[in-house]
Amino acid sequence: MNDAASQRPGPPLWLLAELTYRCPLHCVFCYNPIDFANQPDELSTDDWLRVLREGRELGAVQCGLSGGEPLLRDDLEVIVAEARRLGYYTNLLTSGVGLTVERARALKAAGLDHVQLSFQDSTREMNDFLSHTKTFELKNKVAQIIKDQGWPMVMNVVLHRLNIDHIDRIIGMAAELGAEYLELANTQYYSWAFQNRDALLPTRAQLKHAEEVADAWRVKLGDRMRLFFVAPDYHEGKAKKCVNGWGSMFLTVTPDGTALPCHTAKMLPGLSFPNVREHSVRDIWFDSEGFNRYRGTGWMKEPCSSCEHREEDLGGCRCQAFLLANDPTVADPVCVKSPHHGRVVEAVERAEAGVVAATEHPLVFRDPKNSRRLSVPSV
Amino acid sequence: MTTLATSTKPRIGTGFRMQWEPAQNCHVLLYPEGMVKLNGSAGEIMKRCDGERSIDAIVGELETAFEAKGLTPEVLSFVEIAGKQRWLVWE
Repeated sequence: MNDAASQRPGPPLWLLAELTYRCPLHCVFCYNPIDFANQPDELSTDDWLRVLREGRELGAVQCGLSGGEPLLRDDLEVIVAEARRLGYYTNLLTSGVGLTVERARALKAAGLDHVQLSFQDSTREMNDFLSHTKTFELKNKVAQIIKDQGWPMVMNVVLHRLNIDHIDRIIGMAAELGAEYLELANTQYYSWAFQNRDALLPTRAQLKHAEEVADAWRVKLGDRMRLFFVAPDYHEGKAKKCVNGWGSMFLTVTPDGTALPCHTAKMLPGLSFPNVREHSVRDIWFDSEGFNRYRGTGWMKEPCSSCEHREEDLGGCRCQAFLLANDPTVADPVCVKSPHHGRVVEAVERAEAGVVAATEHPLVFRDPKNSRRLSVPSV
Repeated sequence: MTTLATSTKPRIGTGFRMQWEPAQNCHVLLYPEGMVKLNGSAGEIMKRCDGERSIDAIVGELETAFEAKGLTPEVLSFVEIAGKQRWLVWE
């Protein structure tokens, strides 16, 4: 039987600790759940330290500390210190808001290995942020703080229709700030980004231009800065393996302790996910229904189950199948073979046709008020 | 970085960390959000790259430890590849 689910999975190499959903920013492309404001109950310091220990015992090596904005946790240094002591490579994923010299020194002393700075703070001032010198000054200050601690300088920018035309300026700024790696990640359409999809989906011409600009910079910068351009799957007609395969190496723990095989899996209907308050990480990883349901290829239906690419893409993303086809067990609709692919084509064509009038569909900012409004079931 | 020679003293690059992982039964090289699994010989070479030992010294140790001879070309070629990946750096 060619069913990876019947084999024992390898270790959860990547442990992503989403320490809090609190965040000073209101990014319209955020992948945090829409109802984040209804989940205020965060794990305690001791809970996190136990999760780190249990994950490490299973063989986890990379630890991402994320959120929300993880700097809002007062115990971040304690968590970093324990992660480092256990032998994790520790990555802090931050907007840089709140990263003072003192905090950076304390995190360095705790053993933090790396800071990934998101370049784009897509706040309410998004439309003029690129011409806004304040943004640059803040990032410049934070970049200097990161460099002074000897951390590798890794920057991340989420691209979308409203900023992608400024890509030349964005890469230029990253180079000026001394980034060694720059990830230009096209928006993935889940949660808040899905709410705002019509406003955020770029045109093909925009994407082509952006890739050309990135290629030209790559030649110009050589080894000085490495550029990664993450193409959007809506335009590619090709499904991507989700988190390198459901339950194959990636484990997320949300602020309230729910363990997930990917950041957004909690949205999937008909599937419950275990909580680290009640279960050990070992039981969660190997034995929970939540992690086993979509492991391997055994769960697949046609056209996936007989597809020659099934081992490469593992049917794509379950959340995307649910969001676009209302069924998490079908092929990812971004695949041209999916019977629901028309819904992706339709969204891309709408993007080609022009911007949706902002007055009809204003951008929905990720903030507690909108969260509470949108999580109330419609009557 | 200067051209590689047998007197070169390589060390692990900034932002990289090498460690033994029992769960994977191999040495791994960790870096921001990523990991490389090292095979046996790569692990044996890299764990000796501390910025103190020259390639000559590393080759000497390996030849003694594994009762082998003529390992210089293999070590040089690995260090060169690792240098291109920034896993190893030298003056």
